[in-house]
Amino acid sequence: MNWFDQIHHIGPAFALLLGAGVVMGADLVRPGRAPVLTLTLISLLVGFAWAIWQVLAGTSGPAISGAVVVDEFALFFTFLLIGVTAAVVIVTAEGLSRAEPRPEFFALLLTAAGSMVLLAQAQDLIAIFVFLETTSVSQFVLAGVARDDRSSEAGLKYLLAGAVAAAVLLYGFAFLFGLSGTTSLDGIATFVSSNAGGTELALVFGFVLVAAGLGFKMSIAPFQAWVPDVYEGAPTTVTSFLSVASKAAGFAVALRIFYVGLGGADTFIAEHWAALFAVLAGASMTFGNAAAILQTNVKRLLAYSSIAQAGNVAVGLAAVAASGAAGPSAVLFFLATYAATNLGAFFCVIVVSERIGSERLADYAGLIRRSPAVAVVLLLCLLSLTGIPPTAGFLAKLYVFNSAVQTGVDWMVILVAVAVLNSAVSAFYYLRWARTMVLDDPVDETPFRPSAPVQGLLGLAAIAVLYFGLWPSQLLQAAQRAAENLL
Amino acid sequence: MLTVFLLLPLVGALTVLTLPRDNEGNARWVALFYSVLTFIMSVAIFIRFDPDNPGYQFVDRFEWIQGGDTGFTVQYALGVDGLSAPLVLLTGLLSLAAVLVSWNIDLRPKQYFAWLLVLETAVAGVFLSLDLIQFFFFWELELLPMYMLISIWGSGRPRYSAMKFLLFTMGGSAFMLVGFLVLGLTAGTFDIAVLATEAGRPLDAVIPLSVVFWLVMAAFLVKLPVIPVHTWLPDADSDAPTAVAVMLGGVLLKMGGYGILRIALPIMPDQARDFGVILAIIAAASVIWGAILTLQQRDLKRLVAYSSVSHMGYVLLGVSALGAVGLSGAALQMFTHGTITGLLFIVVGLIYDRTHTRQIADMSGLLHRMPILGVVMIIAGLASLGLPALSGFVAEFTVFAGTIQAHPAATIIGVFGVVLAAGYILWAVQRVFTGPPDERWTGLTDAREWWEYAAMASMLIFIVGVGVYPRLLTDVIESGVEPIALLWQAAV
Repeated sequence: MNWFDQIHHIGPAFALLLGAGVVMGADLVRPGRAPVLTLTLISLLVGFAWAIWQVLAGTSGPAISGAVVVDEFALFFTFLLIGVTAAVVIVTAEGLSRAEPRPEFFALLLTAAGSMVLLAQAQDLIAIFVFLETTSVSQFVLAGVARDDRSSEAGLKYLLAGAVAAAVLLYGFAFLFGLSGTTSLDGIATFVSSNAGGTELALVFGFVLVAAGLGFKMSIAPFQAWVPDVYEGAPTTVTSFLSVASKAAGFAVALRIFYVGLGGADTFIAEHWAALFAVLAGASMTFGNAAAILQTNVKRLLAYSSIAQAGNVAVGLAAVAASGAAGPSAVLFFLATYAATNLGAFFCVIVVSERIGSERLADYAGLIRRSPAVAVVLLLCLLSLTGIPPTAGFLAKLYVFNSAVQTGVDWMVILVAVAVLNSAVSAFYYLRWARTMVLDDPVDETPFRPSAPVQGLLGLAAIAVLYFGLWPSQLLQAAQRAAENLL
Repeated sequence: MLTVFLLLPLVGALTVLTLPRDNEGNARWVALFYSVLTFIMSVAIFIRFDPDNPGYQFVDRFEWIQGGDTGFTVQYALGVDGLSAPLVLLTGLLSLAAVLVSWNIDLRPKQYFAWLLVLETAVAGVFLSLDLIQFFFFWELELLPMYMLISIWGSGRPRYSAMKFLLFTMGGSAFMLVGFLVLGLTAGTFDIAVLATEAGRPLDAVIPLSVVFWLVMAAFLVKLPVIPVHTWLPDADSDAPTAVAVMLGGVLLKMGGYGILRIALPIMPDQARDFGVILAIIAAASVIWGAILTLQQRDLKRLVAYSSVSHMGYVLLGVSALGAVGLSGAALQMFTHGTITGLLFIVVGLIYDRTHTRQIADMSGLLHRMPILGVVMIIAGLASLGLPALSGFVAEFTVFAGTIQAHPAATIIGVFGVVLAAGYILWAVQRVFTGPPDERWTGLTDAREWWEYAAMASMLIFIVGVGVYPRLLTDVIESGVEPIALLWQAAV
């Protein structure tokens, strides 16, 4: 394999990371907003094009000494992450929220996105750890980028919590490496399936630590304590990125480690970690929803809701005993539709708080009369988050629950019951928000409308929410092909 | 055909919304046009329905989510059989009446009529759905217009009542969704007809079917409603505008009974047999306790609302016997109660429009001021208490005939409910309409607008018609009930 082939295998991430460097350099040569933005978008476009090239050329297989791999699973996340990043870049470039569109902001965003793409490709514990840390460090700075008290506090909290999580994760990795003598996921899989005597307890200890470390990224309970403060304090564009991209990358790694490394349904420890994720899923949903009901700040509300939603995804993660790719493909479908939905919701929040200078739920009163377009998109997103047909959120939940029922394990079915009842609870606060927008009288009647690019993004989010809710099969098949890669 | 019928009100709602803002009064004419059209279609469906042909007719279906992808199929599937045909007719009829009695709405009329038409689509969708997911969708869709209609155009404590209605229904339907998912995902299909066959029925879900039965029944029993989960109904009914009370009491409650007949019994017949006695006990309790509560009401509209609790108890009583006669009675009771309660709410609403009070104690001798409304109210009341030759008698008699052998005690209690019904109806009529005419009401007029006559007449025709010639409905209903009743005969 020559050097170009190596680079071609990590092409999309390479384009993003290179773009990050170029953006910083360009700012030294010619300060100003326009070239920075153009360069950022170009590098995203190149990354995207490169991913398409990989698809068309049928690129697959490991590269860089087996540290990373190109497969359908990685490509699925590559497209998802680049799309999300592009949307966040465009919204930031509109000068919205407290994040000034400075060059280092875009450079950090590109670094984070590039490392996440690599994370989805990583096949080796060392690589996973390095990319995870690159992602995290960029995001710590992004959370603190607004340079005011709230933002700095958010950045610091995120950093501290992230540091602990990284230590725990590394400790878990040490167990896996110590037992199997290899850092490659395939090697660990071989070791696990050989079922060497007397290692069960140590393996369980190892993966519990790994799950805890990744739980921080996925923001599932009980590793969620940082979420509300960071989500509230960080500039909202960053929050939207954290809630969607960072979480998707976290689940991508979790799927790789647990489905590939700890070996699918057949190994003797699979049911242990399935049970672990089932418990975490139930805890996340219940805690997230209970706390979200009490919120009066929309960003905190969305923060708790994202914890609850992570619980839904974790149901699919736990559905390992299901035959075929039902579990992981449901997770992928959920993450993709959730990305569209949550970005839509956060962008609406950005537009509104830019305009009325408030993130209080009560200030959304009568939004439908002030800005019908924004209100309608937000309504759709809230319906999708609640999981009401015909939105994508409903099908996402249906697929996840299906994967759980398919396992035929009775406590998984009880988990589904818990999840559905939680959805009903979540309807309470999502629909209360919707009611405020539609029914209450606005304090201030002045109409407003977002700028054209933001309108376009909002429209795109709304279309995605409805399209995947009505015609899910293309996305679903893509998710299934990606998931079959893992098994 | 059914797709057109289903979407017609929705198209109407969109048409209403696109009307120019300066001429909102036209909204009612547009709404009337579409609801008349829908009503005509519902009559056509009912007439063209062939009772000799068992199974679903006029079926429209396509696969929405193919089984190849995930191992389960979800369909868009509409159809009518003997159970749903009368309810489709009822929906068309009451929606038309609801538009008529809303003629004087002047607060945001465009939105109002749009929601009313959306409500019609949602309710029709529930009665037409042949797929559990689709059924669930329409079941939830109905909440949105109801919530809006009660909380914006209601009176009293509209927001409280609307929220209570929403929470009760959603609470129930969350359990229902768990049940549906377990049934559908275990069997690999959400098709109601397939699930109801011997081969397609999941015999052994991952959680016991007896639990699933109650999960599903939870939503239906809340909607029906039965004691003790009935408390949302009087609040919602009495705070809703007249048209919405008509729809709620007349049509929406039937979604609960219909769900039991369409989904709970055919898919889980063994569990229904095991729990038949419990259903009978709940039913008898609802009938009698509902009637006692009704007797205590001082507010005319709440009185009608509570009487619904009692009367819907008969539906469950008819179901609990699990025989052809009882089930026919239940299905018949749903239709007749729809028309009777609809008419009662219309008259109460028209009286309220004039007196601006619903307190029974404030009214006296109204028969002198408004003889037509009085006579209509008396006829509706007599139908409600089960006077022979009016439709209520036919339905309740059939229920009792069907259940007396299976559950004699519950039936006798149920019959006693009729006595109480006579008590609260006649007592209310006596207090409101007879007695010395009150000075305050001297200036009041009787019904005189064409839409008032039209709304009342449309109901009266069906109440008297079914009462005199029940076969109008019974042939159709029996064709729908027979396959369900056979489920338990085969088992014995």
